[in-house]
Amino acid sequence: MADLLIKNGFVYDPLNGVNGEKMDIAISKGKIVDKMDGKRKKIIDASGMVVMPGGVDIHSHIAGPKVNAGRLLRPEDHFKDFEAKTDKTRSGVGRSIPSTFTTGYRYARMGYTTVMEPAMPPLMARHVHEELNDTPMIDKAAYPMLGDCWFVLEPLAKGLIEQCAAYVAWTMEATRGYAMKLVNPGGLEAWGFGRNVRNIDDPVPYFNITPREIIQGLCKVNQLLHLPHTIHVHTNNLGKPGNYETCLETMKCVENSGNDGKPVIHVTHCQFSAFKGSDWRTFESGAEEIAKYVNTRSHVTTDMGQVVFTDTTTMTADGPFQYILYQLSHNKWINNDVETETSAGIVPFRYKRSSFVHALQWSIGLELALMIEDPWKIYMTTDHPNAAPFIFYPKIISWLMSRVAREKLLKKVNKRAGHKSLLGTLDREYSFSELAIATRAGQARALGLKEKGHLGVGADADIAIYDVNPEQVDPSKQFRLVRKAFKNAAYTIKGGEIVVKDGEVVKSVGGKTFWVKPELSNPIFEASPRLKKAFEDYYTVQYENYIVPEHHLAVSHPISVKAEV
Amino acid sequence: MKVVSNVTCPGCGCLCDDLEIEVENNTVKAVRNACGMGESKFLGYSLHRPQKPLIRKKGELVEASLSEAIRKSAEILANSSYPILYGWSNTSCEATSVGVELAEEIGGIIDNTSTVCHGPSVLSIQDVGFSTCTLGQVRHRADLIIYWASNPWSAHPRHLERYTNFTEGRFRSSAWNKYLDGLGSYRAERRRQRAAKLVGEIHGVSVETPPVEEPSKRLPHSLFEKGRKMIVVDVRRTRTADIADYFLQVEPNKDYEIFQALRILLQDGELEVDSVGGVPAEILEDLADLLAGCEFGVLFFGVGLTMSEGKLRNIEAGISLVRDLNQFTKFVIMPMRGHYNVTGANIVSTWQTGYPFAVDFSHGYPRYNPGETSVVDVLSRDESDAALIVASDPVANFPKGASQNLIKNPLIVVDTGTSATSMFADVVLPSAVSGIEVEGTAYRMDRVPLPLKKVVQPPKAVYSDEQLLKRILREVRRIKKNMGGGDSQWLTC
Repeated sequence: MADLLIKNGFVYDPLNGVNGEKMDIAISKGKIVDKMDGKRKKIIDASGMVVMPGGVDIHSHIAGPKVNAGRLLRPEDHFKDFEAKTDKTRSGVGRSIPSTFTTGYRYARMGYTTVMEPAMPPLMARHVHEELNDTPMIDKAAYPMLGDCWFVLEPLAKGLIEQCAAYVAWTMEATRGYAMKLVNPGGLEAWGFGRNVRNIDDPVPYFNITPREIIQGLCKVNQLLHLPHTIHVHTNNLGKPGNYETCLETMKCVENSGNDGKPVIHVTHCQFSAFKGSDWRTFESGAEEIAKYVNTRSHVTTDMGQVVFTDTTTMTADGPFQYILYQLSHNKWINNDVETETSAGIVPFRYKRSSFVHALQWSIGLELALMIEDPWKIYMTTDHPNAAPFIFYPKIISWLMSRVAREKLLKKVNKRAGHKSLLGTLDREYSFSELAIATRAGQARALGLKEKGHLGVGADADIAIYDVNPEQVDPSKQFRLVRKAFKNAAYTIKGGEIVVKDGEVVKSVGGKTFWVKPELSNPIFEASPRLKKAFEDYYTVQYENYIVPEHHLAVSHPISVKAEV
Repeated sequence: MKVVSNVTCPGCGCLCDDLEIEVENNTVKAVRNACGMGESKFLGYSLHRPQKPLIRKKGELVEASLSEAIRKSAEILANSSYPILYGWSNTSCEATSVGVELAEEIGGIIDNTSTVCHGPSVLSIQDVGFSTCTLGQVRHRADLIIYWASNPWSAHPRHLERYTNFTEGRFRSSAWNKYLDGLGSYRAERRRQRAAKLVGEIHGVSVETPPVEEPSKRLPHSLFEKGRKMIVVDVRRTRTADIADYFLQVEPNKDYEIFQALRILLQDGELEVDSVGGVPAEILEDLADLLAGCEFGVLFFGVGLTMSEGKLRNIEAGISLVRDLNQFTKFVIMPMRGHYNVTGANIVSTWQTGYPFAVDFSHGYPRYNPGETSVVDVLSRDESDAALIVASDPVANFPKGASQNLIKNPLIVVDTGTSATSMFADVVLPSAVSGIEVEGTAYRMDRVPLPLKKVVQPPKAVYSDEQLLKRILREVRRIKKNMGGGDSQWLTC
């Protein structure tokens, strides 16, 4: 592999304080270096172009049983959007749930190099990893869902934090997972009998524990284990008018978890949890209240979950919410509850400009991004494919950077929503630097991925070069140019190799799968025969067969952390 | 002698993973925990198996070297214009993955046994979705278990003891003791009648035989009690029906009507007829109440629905019924998949191509249109010109016309034993048995992935399906490169 020198580009590297300076970036052996030492050297002339770290997506449903069920459910989604095989790429289909090879290629074409699958049912971890193995071009990881596991609920109900931590540590390794995911904590266990929880103090049937206790308990566990990312939470009452209060309660309940002012909770796809009003008629945005809270606290990070007006597919682990969505839309509905652990629901969905609710949802995501002042606290996502397929990222980028672009669309949406939207009063426009934070630096930092999201020496050589000149183009007015530039990267470099040029894949590469290996002083979950017996009572698979062997990952990249238990 | 435990059984869709295999001198000596099917596979797989590749020369299948057989296979495939690659349900996901790549390379169709089995179920799901769960949810929570057009006693022998009626769950006890009590009282009654008859004969008195019971006009009250209950719905009394708490006999080809009648009743409608599908309206009314009033119901269904009149519409009606029931209670539906890894074949195909079976690569990208791109139809219309069959025996299962068109064209078979299909093949590649001689991954009927273990070594020079397919793929690419062609398999239209 030749050394690479990216010359003369406008570099945006917020984690290292670089804000649009003209700089050269040197790459050797897959890493960013001070100076190159290889004999062979390739030069990329990035004059007049923006150079950023490769995109990092903290939350995107790309692999696993629920994603695949979505692919199966929607052949009509694929018929019109397909890619033929080339001598460098496999064939595949889109659109809202692309096949795995196509997923990798499409992310790479936009300059993305790291994507996180946020919902891995631990029992089906093997499936998630098999799909991730078949997703080229990007580094990846997956978050096991723990908020409803019996082995979490039982010790937490008794206040046995360390026993819970031992289980979580074991699960991270057994499932090769990266972070702790909570989805409607407590609600999914209730959904096992068709019920739900109504707020964070509503006890989970049969388990004598409330969602508040689950969230607080797992937050403590996360700190004991020193996992690189915080707990990653899909709040209770998602999608329900008035749920912004639940969102605030969720963030408040771990306010005092103390981490030296560093984040302890990540509230994901916040748009869906920022609804005010008591029903769909009185529906309103709660973004202002959420933003006010987040602006005065340092323990929370969020991501947008931005809606785009298009046909897409909703898929979450929030079984009860997905059932409600089916009832609202009368669309086909898949539900899959996973024993002892979690659930899933899938419903195709179209967001329409003419719908009062959808138009406000569109506004809410942007309001959050514009009213939360610190760009390190809110990242750009669409909860792909729930609010929109990831291929729409360039559009969202243009809305963040251009008030005109927002207002153009605002004029066309449902009138009543247009009046209620706060967008008319928000003239903030993201700079390229803030954009770099929202789409790469911030996400990498929140994830604790030390070698991603920046261009300092020692970082992985994952770089995106976009053909837009910050000195000549005013993103505020020329948002179409910005969209075009971010849609097809001029270059995407992965691990020091040029993999995309002018929006075309020129080299297919694999990627690493990150996972976390907490080192406990006393791994009680593994050791105890009593726990192994409980395992076999709870599951219909054997303990030995539940574990995903490390060699099952095509390229395994474990990250060791020293736990306090 | 060693014991390998926690072995996954490469038998049926139950994919039991608690088998214990005793191995001595690289031979399976004993099998514990398996049902009859699983045990016979472990004990009998090595009988009558070909160990050398075969090529048909001058009308006879003769032994050949592996490289010759691979080369011949690759030539057949590289030179075909519309080949079919079929089977996949009895091998590992890793092998299917290579199969997809090979089909894409040669512009052929990759299809699996869903096409003759639960294909209609898949099509229904694509129309209406489905409400389901993993089998552990059933074990822990289900109090009403229905087997509809399915006979697990024969086809999935350990289903009841591992997942449903006879398991202990967190919220439900096993119905085993209740079943034994029932069995005991049934046997006691029979003995009593026999004794009474004998006594009557000795004394020259004719003993009244109990009157033939009128078929009941309502569902028995015991069905509405708490605890696990199992109902069988079928056109004939199967062995599973014998152990059910209630057996509902229905007329053949009337399942669609019965499902819809139940849906009408659930929406507070009334039936304007006296019976549907041979079932009296009153029984259907009771059944609707039972379904809506349970705490967690599960409907398992089999090929009796997918392959009788209506096919996918039957499944659609069943799925819609279960979906409607979710307004009242928790209800799920699950297909009883047959082959141990047909689910895996669907899953791998879906994540790599977007479609679960009948995937056509002839245009250079995946296309899916069952009826057009499914192999039985392609063969019946005599459209294909070559075939690769992996771990399957279509000649023994397909309609005659399709089989005839299959064998008249160049045919390659990769399998672990001799089959009707391999006897007509032009190339036979013997392979190692996945789950016994080869590691891999398989997916259970409820889509839970499980590891397949290697318990014994395969015979010398007998390779896995995955390895053989990789070699064929490599050779195909080499041939195409020499041919100077690019990706020119697709039609320009």
